[in-house]
Amino acid sequence: MRLPILAVAAALLTASAAPARAAEPIKVGAILSVTGPAAFLGSPEARTIQMLADDLNAKGGILGHKIELIIKDSGGSPEKAVSFAKQLMEEDKVLAIIGPSTSGETMQIKGLCEKGQTLLLSCAAAEVIVNPVAKWVFKTPQKDSDAVLKIFQHMKKTGVTKIGVLASNTGFGQAGKEQIEKLAPANGIQIAASETYDKAATDLTAEVTKMKAAGVQAILNWSIEPAQAIVIKNARQIGLKIPIYQSHGFGNIQYAKAAGAAAEGVIFPAGRLLVADVLPASNPQKKLLEAYKHEYQAKYKEDVSTFGGHGYDAFLLLTDAIRKAHSVDKNKVRDALEHLTGVVGTAGIFKLSPTDHNGLGIDAFELLTVKDGRFAVLAH
Amino acid sequence: MPSARLRHVAVFLAVAAAAQLLAVGAGKGFLLTQLTMAAYYALVAVGLSLLMGFAGQISLGHAAFFAVGGYASAALTTWNLASHRGSGLVAALARAGLLQARTDLYGGSLLTVHPWAAAVAAVALALLLAWLVGIPVLKLSGHYLAMATLGVGTIIGSVAIGTEALGAADGISGVPRLPLAFGAAVTGDSDQRVLNYWVAVAILALAMVLLLNLVRSRVGRALRAIHGAEDAARAMGVDTARLKLRTFVLSAGLAAVAGVFLTHFNGGIGPSEASTMKSVKVVAMVAVGGMGSLWGTLAVSVVLNFLSLRGYFGTFDDAVFGGILILVMLFSPDGVLAPDLRRSAGAAWARLRAARARRRAGAGEAGEGGTGAGEAGAGEARDGAAGAGGEERP
Amino acid sequence: MARELLVQYLIAGLTYGVIYAVVGIGFNIIYNATGIINFAQGEFVMLGGMIAVTLHGFLPLPAAIAGAVVLTMAVGALVEMLFIRWLVKPSVLRMIIITIGVSILLREAALLLWGNAVRALPYFTGNEVTSVGILGARVSPQVLWAVGVCLALVAAITAWFRWTSWGRQMRACAANRVAASLCGLPTRNLVTLSFVLSAGMGALAGCVVSPITQTQYSVGAGLAIKGFTVAILGGLGNSLAAVAAGLLLGVLESFSVSLLPTAYKDAISIAVLLLILFVRPTGLFAARLTSRV
Repeated sequence: MRLPILAVAAALLTASAAPARAAEPIKVGAILSVTGPAAFLGSPEARTIQMLADDLNAKGGILGHKIELIIKDSGGSPEKAVSFAKQLMEEDKVLAIIGPSTSGETMQIKGLCEKGQTLLLSCAAAEVIVNPVAKWVFKTPQKDSDAVLKIFQHMKKTGVTKIGVLASNTGFGQAGKEQIEKLAPANGIQIAASETYDKAATDLTAEVTKMKAAGVQAILNWSIEPAQAIVIKNARQIGLKIPIYQSHGFGNIQYAKAAGAAAEGVIFPAGRLLVADVLPASNPQKKLLEAYKHEYQAKYKEDVSTFGGHGYDAFLLLTDAIRKAHSVDKNKVRDALEHLTGVVGTAGIFKLSPTDHNGLGIDAFELLTVKDGRFAVLAH
Repeated sequence: MPSARLRHVAVFLAVAAAAQLLAVGAGKGFLLTQLTMAAYYALVAVGLSLLMGFAGQISLGHAAFFAVGGYASAALTTWNLASHRGSGLVAALARAGLLQARTDLYGGSLLTVHPWAAAVAAVALALLLAWLVGIPVLKLSGHYLAMATLGVGTIIGSVAIGTEALGAADGISGVPRLPLAFGAAVTGDSDQRVLNYWVAVAILALAMVLLLNLVRSRVGRALRAIHGAEDAARAMGVDTARLKLRTFVLSAGLAAVAGVFLTHFNGGIGPSEASTMKSVKVVAMVAVGGMGSLWGTLAVSVVLNFLSLRGYFGTFDDAVFGGILILVMLFSPDGVLAPDLRRSAGAAWARLRAARARRRAGAGEAGEGGTGAGEAGAGEARDGAAGAGGEERP
Repeated sequence: MARELLVQYLIAGLTYGVIYAVVGIGFNIIYNATGIINFAQGEFVMLGGMIAVTLHGFLPLPAAIAGAVVLTMAVGALVEMLFIRWLVKPSVLRMIIITIGVSILLREAALLLWGNAVRALPYFTGNEVTSVGILGARVSPQVLWAVGVCLALVAAITAWFRWTSWGRQMRACAANRVAASLCGLPTRNLVTLSFVLSAGMGALAGCVVSPITQTQYSVGAGLAIKGFTVAILGGLGNSLAAVAAGLLLGVLESFSVSLLPTAYKDAISIAVLLLILFVRPTGLFAARLTSRV
């Protein structure tokens, strides 16, 4: 609810400041894996950020400054992320860096940004990015641990106690698996089988067969790649009828489509972007989500995904912080960012603080399911 | 001859110095960051060039040895031993001065292996691994050798990405600086940029001196003999198996050294460094630079890596690379620099024909010594240029 | 291990195995005709799947598949004519690098054309949850389609080489290219034909497995590595041996999952294969290979 007020205030400020002087553009860097194995993350992120920057500039920019966006495609390689981070900091002297898309790349440049005192707004999920807290490093996706807890709550309610865990060999998959293993005992969940598969896997029959052999009551799969559709298909094909839970990495309708009939009934936690149209009108996120969804889909002719949303939130938090700081001084912007609260984003409502550089809680998640080939809110 | 070699190295150092002066003079000192990285990748390529261009053995898994060096030194310098302070081994290491106490990004205290001890251990590990793997692998030839080295690379790559202690998909970050004398260090800090550039250039120059001397020595001639006609070389008393193995181990060692230094420079390493695509890229650099042309390989590798690391190709990084590969191989198969060997090739060819005639005249008279065989081999190598080649049909 | 689990792992292994085998045979066909290892082989499989999905947007499934196979064959011919045909006595390394370059370019072109979205053809029989029982195990009918079509392909290609005139000419060309050309065989066209054939095979395999594995612009490289491994293990040029090696690799992968962490699946299967290679340095079926060449 703060957003409109801020926006109005900013618009007024902009209007008064803009004619006075043609201010220097604010340079914002972005290191995203637009191509390569993590392109399904980086590509919608890059498109979203570009769209937002264009919109903002068309409206006259912010505090009288235009945004100059410098997007670098890392192809998912940490060494390139390192090279690009140095370029953006030392040469372009950017105010902030959005990205990288993967946690591996983020961790490689976390120290650089800290030393170089440049804001980093990561679009990667792993909790280690903000825990322990580093002064200049933030992240926009929800916490893995909250996603796991949301799923465990549902399991407890439905009497599931013995599960099989599958995870892909990416930063996302492994970080999730770690949280699952950490949180399971306290929630009375027993992990009877646990497997890691290759992110490019094309058939996982052997893996789900191992789950079947272990006699689990449900499968919990943690990955962000197309392989998560294969997990569901293979499980159903070998005759496993138990519930299948997915991570918030399932938040792309493409995966539900790929799994077809097998996707029906899959349960996963996700931000509300995917179900924007069925949210009650009273929901504070509804307006922003629908606007983003429609603009993105009209502009790029592809379905919106929660990954693009992480880029959206990074850009939103940064511009809000600039407005709040009423300055483009990096120290002031950082301080403002750290104290932003009540910012309505795509992933939830952010409440940042010096001890929480993510600012999202478990309420950012909704349990969703697939019904008739579409995402739907799971009936309580 | 040695003076010519030294002259080339001197030219290389002069070019490096000119590049530095130009970059810094134009206020673009930051360009040295990517030049430094490119120089380390070039070290991998020239090492492979020795193996491919001179010994005629292909390796489709060379990035793995870079990764072994990088990962080993990254792991040893980041595994925190503080909680094992009481154990005998840790205490012994500490007494020997092999450990280093420091603080991490968040002020926590760390006790890790000293970067130099880790570096030595990492290179030693890569050498040992190359030696162990090399014994069976180098018995194979042609496509079989290509497959085996590809397999070794895949195995090392999948261990890197599958092992939690190595950071799995995230790789290892937070690698400390590698201290040199007087407060200088191998590190990515911008105040040490020029120094680090010269560290990389110096290592590359040293490697070139070593390789050039090796290539022109008896060993080099024997290597080329292996490339050309392994059976003939063996018949002339060259211990081919041992020479191939040594070359393989040496080139793996150079890759590992590059891995160690670049990992300290970047402050971390990720599994993409051990990927098959990375290995293929190194092979391609050698081919585009010109088989058997160390300078060509060096130049191509530095330029292409530099442009790629600067992000000049945007999202077309791989496409540009593939395009260059095809164009060069189609229209200038001897490499972009069409190596200086071309002129000497004519001479070698003449000598080869003479040698063949002699061989035909007296099939058993193989006793004329290593030199003749070497030169004949060099000629034949260019004739067939079959880098991957032993058993291909004509 | 319970019998149905054993069967389940075995069938999973066979599914991977036939795909590897078909790619491996693709390598062999071109190798026999030219001595070239075509690293763009995996891209033919990718193209087959991607084109079929696109055509299926407005054509019935069989027509879409047929169209995809024909178009991929045309790509195969084009690759040979543009990059291979006019080279005079190219060295093996040069050819390896060129085909690697072609593979990268085809992949990047697919990325531009189709983006990075994952696509798949619909299941030929039933849908994503349909399964049939075999000895207590449950399998998707698509697995039977894939195994059946791939085995039929192998049989067809073997028969073709043995009994048709073109097939015999290609074998002659494989045995001794110079002699074949001296006998008046159109060796150049035979080389083009080898690319067309192996592109077609790859494309068809790509179509049948796409409902199971899904297709994306980048799947080619992984398949090429597996197919190359299989072709080498069988002994280069020996197609039936490639089938055996492919099935062996697939089953090894599948059973390694049952015993050890999946994270090391590739490492384990390839390590076993390397050990075999060290014991038999010219492939599993080396004796037959030497007698043939």
